[in-house]
Amino acid sequence: MPQVTQAPPPATLAPTQAVSLHINGQAHTLQLAPWTTLLDALREYLDLTGTKKGCDHGQCGACTVLVDGKRINSCLSLAVMQEGTDIQTIEGMGTEGSLSPLQQAFIDHDAFQCGYCTPGQICSAQGLINEGKAKTEAEVRELMSGNVCRCGAYSNILSAVMEVVGKELKIEN
Amino acid sequence: MNSFTFTQATAVAGAVQDNTAHPDAAYIGGGTNLIDLMKENVARPTHLIGLKNLGLDTIETLPDGGLRLGALATNAATAWHPEVESRYPLLNQAILAGASPQLRNMATDGGNLMQRTRCYYFYDLTTPCNKREPGSGCSAIGGYNRVCGILGTSDSCIATHPSDMCVALAALDTTVRVSGPNGERTIKFEDFHRLPGDHPERDNTLEPGELITGLDLPKKGFSQNFSYLKLRDRSSYAFALVSVAAALELDGNTIIDARLALGGVAHKPWRDQEAEALLIGQPATAETFGRAAAKVLAGAKGHGANTFKIELARRAIVRALKQATEMKEVVDTNAFQNSNP
Repeated sequence: MPQVTQAPPPATLAPTQAVSLHINGQAHTLQLAPWTTLLDALREYLDLTGTKKGCDHGQCGACTVLVDGKRINSCLSLAVMQEGTDIQTIEGMGTEGSLSPLQQAFIDHDAFQCGYCTPGQICSAQGLINEGKAKTEAEVRELMSGNVCRCGAYSNILSAVMEVVGKELKIEN
Repeated sequence: MNSFTFTQATAVAGAVQDNTAHPDAAYIGGGTNLIDLMKENVARPTHLIGLKNLGLDTIETLPDGGLRLGALATNAATAWHPEVESRYPLLNQAILAGASPQLRNMATDGGNLMQRTRCYYFYDLTTPCNKREPGSGCSAIGGYNRVCGILGTSDSCIATHPSDMCVALAALDTTVRVSGPNGERTIKFEDFHRLPGDHPERDNTLEPGELITGLDLPKKGFSQNFSYLKLRDRSSYAFALVSVAAALELDGNTIIDARLALGGVAHKPWRDQEAEALLIGQPATAETFGRAAAKVLAGAKGHGANTFKIELARRAIVRALKQATEMKEVVDTNAFQNSNP
């Protein structure tokens, strides 16, 4: 094991810059160091802790949010790169008593155990529905592969997403 | 992550100027690879130049019938662009075979070319790696090299280029458009990525400060007979151990034109035009495909844990060419995994 040493204090204070973000229909201006990821901006600066930090390397999908309606990994984007975009997090999906169809389907299908991956799963599933490409179970499985569930609730997650995908398809036809 | 400054560029010329003015500057598109490398301390730029406001995210048909992909178009927008879906389905398949939906929504087409190897030792700062630290040695040679290359390797590096999209771009004879301190120029796709040689720290032939602005696909898209066959350790969201982009133009059972490129086997997307020549004019049979595969792998060299890739690649080439000929599995299985084994 390498010896643990105290990190030296930074020679100069990190430069920060004003960053304007539009999140869940609300405008925010934050003073951030450029290295602040969108995920850290949400969790550490705006207290929007529904979005989860899993791997922090774009491998698990727990940090999934929607940017202009498209799902992305918020851990791999800098907050400064998201100026001018419309960001939606799990907090913007529904409210208690008025859940989004996907939130309700996840409850109805028992689509989680610990729940840590769930906000990312729901945001990702919403992105999948917005894309309109997945119609069969095989396609939903493939297009949900960016979200890992270590409890292994995959079959119920698939059922929940399929229910909402099915309703969307009916509306289309 | 080290401290850095960030500027959102508003024009290509300004971005290039900004890059030239800052030592250790880097352009950032989607950031999916660069930010990860910065978190790992493998990349340490002192200045980032954002590109999203350059207006380079369009996809447009060219007067000669080709298609220009803006460097900042996302991989997802490209894969699902109507012109790509209908005229370049090989490219659609290759893109959708890579990464995850979230990453494809962020990652840009120019950035896809610029992504770096996923060789374990490149990411591991505690081990020597000539690509990360020139002159330090290669830990993969004689190490854990299951994912490493079998073609065009050197004594300095056996890393592979990780892209799926680039394998299709190589097969489709794409041209890379770049802008730099000395103006604009184009680079043939096969000349864009390098073999490692004695300088594995250099992935490509871009000059300092040069920026990819677009990718031009020629008119010919091989939309009738094609296959992107990707072999990996799990059926989704994994890098290729071996992948094959095969495209054919057939007259009955005779091959009129052919393209063949491999991923996961070399420091660059591995197109083999001599193997293509062995296909052209021949009947589309297993014997013909076998001869082409033997040509591709004639100079292949295993390094122990990855030696299995030689036989795997041989069989994958034959299967991909068969799939491209028959176009059966494309109809039989789902739209996103039609080339999986």
